Amino acid sequence: MISDQLFFTGINVLLAWSVYIGLVTGSLSFAQGAFMAFGCYGAGVLTVKFGWPLLPACLVSAILSAMIAAVLGYPALRLRGVYLILVTIGITFCARVALENIDYVGGVGGFGGMRGADLNAVIVAVLIVGAFLLWFSFSPLQRICDAVREDDRVASSLAINVTFIRLLGFSAGAAIAAIAGALYGHYMNFVRPESFDVLLSIYVVLYVVLGGTNNMLGPLIGATLMTLLPEYFRVLAEWRPTVFGLAILAMLLFRPLGLLAFRLVTAHASVSAPRKSGSL
Amino acid sequence: MTSVLLSVTDLCAGYGPIRALRGLTFQVAERETVAIVGANGAGKTTLMRALSGIIPLSDGEASFLGRNIRGTSSHHLARAGMLHVPEGRGTLQTMSVEDNLRLAWEIRPTAVTFGEALEKAYGRFPRLRERRAQAAGNLSGGEQQMLAVARALVNRPRLLLLDEPSMGLSPRMTGEVFLSLAELRDDGVAILLVEQNVRRALQLAQRALVLSHGVFAASGPSDELSRDPAIVASYLGQSHDAPPDNKRHIANDPRR
Repeated sequence: MISDQLFFTGINVLLAWSVYIGLVTGSLSFAQGAFMAFGCYGAGVLTVKFGWPLLPACLVSAILSAMIAAVLGYPALRLRGVYLILVTIGITFCARVALENIDYVGGVGGFGGMRGADLNAVIVAVLIVGAFLLWFSFSPLQRICDAVREDDRVASSLAINVTFIRLLGFSAGAAIAAIAGALYGHYMNFVRPESFDVLLSIYVVLYVVLGGTNNMLGPLIGATLMTLLPEYFRVLAEWRPTVFGLAILAMLLFRPLGLLAFRLVTAHASVSAPRKSGSL
Repeated sequence: MTSVLLSVTDLCAGYGPIRALRGLTFQVAERETVAIVGANGAGKTTLMRALSGIIPLSDGEASFLGRNIRGTSSHHLARAGMLHVPEGRGTLQTMSVEDNLRLAWEIRPTAVTFGEALEKAYGRFPRLRERRAQAAGNLSGGEQQMLAVARALVNRPRLLLLDEPSMGLSPRMTGEVFLSLAELRDDGVAILLVEQNVRRALQLAQRALVLSHGVFAASGPSDELSRDPAIVASYLGQSHDAPPDNKRHIANDPRR
């Protein structure tokens, strides 16, 4: 039971980080459900139909997912703000409908037979992705992404390849979401296309908004709290969407930058550069 | 004979059906400072955008160090050494002053270390050292313009494209910014300056072109142009808009 809860917490942390890495380069993605579905079904086909072990299946589906994200992102990332949000929601809808119509993976009935993922696997994945994000937070790449997010014209006049950086963020996010999807599928043993609803994408973005978008710990805290709280307060479980909605409203009123709003680098260098608002 | 950095032939550009620029031809050589002056709406900013690849050329050719601007994306041009400081705020508003400079150094590292480059930039703009930890967006307009120029110092461009450095600045701040540009010029950085403040621009540049309704109406060495009766009547007027002390400061700069 407790391992179930920790497993889903780990999956949600991975998903929240996958949104965060896109957000760092200025693109808010609601397509995480689609990339998670792709990772789940892709890895599932490799293990069930071709008899691959889980680890290579996971990695291959993550790489393929990143490539699909790059192809979709190249035209889509020309858009910003609300238009990009609509396109990414569209991607999630399309992915679900497409999966429901592919009989090879079971269509509406669902796809089963995957096994082999356990709590340890998700802990390892969280540690690896966490270590990568920690390295990223202190690398020059963080500053380059900040520049792209803040003003793409200035960034490009500074010799930053804006399109490439944004594609990189979107693809890295898709790869992380695919790994989360693959682990999820191989833990549940059976999935249906409706598991990867647009609501899932929205929840994941809300974890990030709740936790804070300025550093990698925000999404971690947001996802953990919002996964575990309803489990431990049974009363809350029934009211989960309501409590979630109220929490978001309260957050936007009182801590618009999220629970943890500080910058890792800034906190590290003990220099206080005031930041304006959270950015989309 | 110095080599040509930027070469523009019959350049036309505009927005949709509007042709803001109609056949411009000019060159900027190494170590040269060229000013393009003109009134509001003459096409100055359009020219800067076309040169740095932000808007496409509708006709004509432009090349920087042999690279055709038409097929080269703006970040490639910047990497090759053409730094565009956009109109108004060319700084990253939420980043600290020092992070703005560090980013410029990291993307296009020069022979010197970041510490040395930073010292040089702060040496020239002591005010920026005082504000190193502040977000660039909290600086005054003049300080932001200084930051943009300081970033150019760290970046060591071959050619600096400056769009209206005096925009929104007090006459006094304009004087300070132009003083630092004069030092950059004396350091050997080629500058292409687009400016509405014709008097300041002519003081800084060796050569100037007058842009009017998308075509060059006049061109020549700055001191000749500033004596041209037609230019004086249309752009310089009778009054001295700049405080005399600042003007003397630049004109009598011994290094010029």
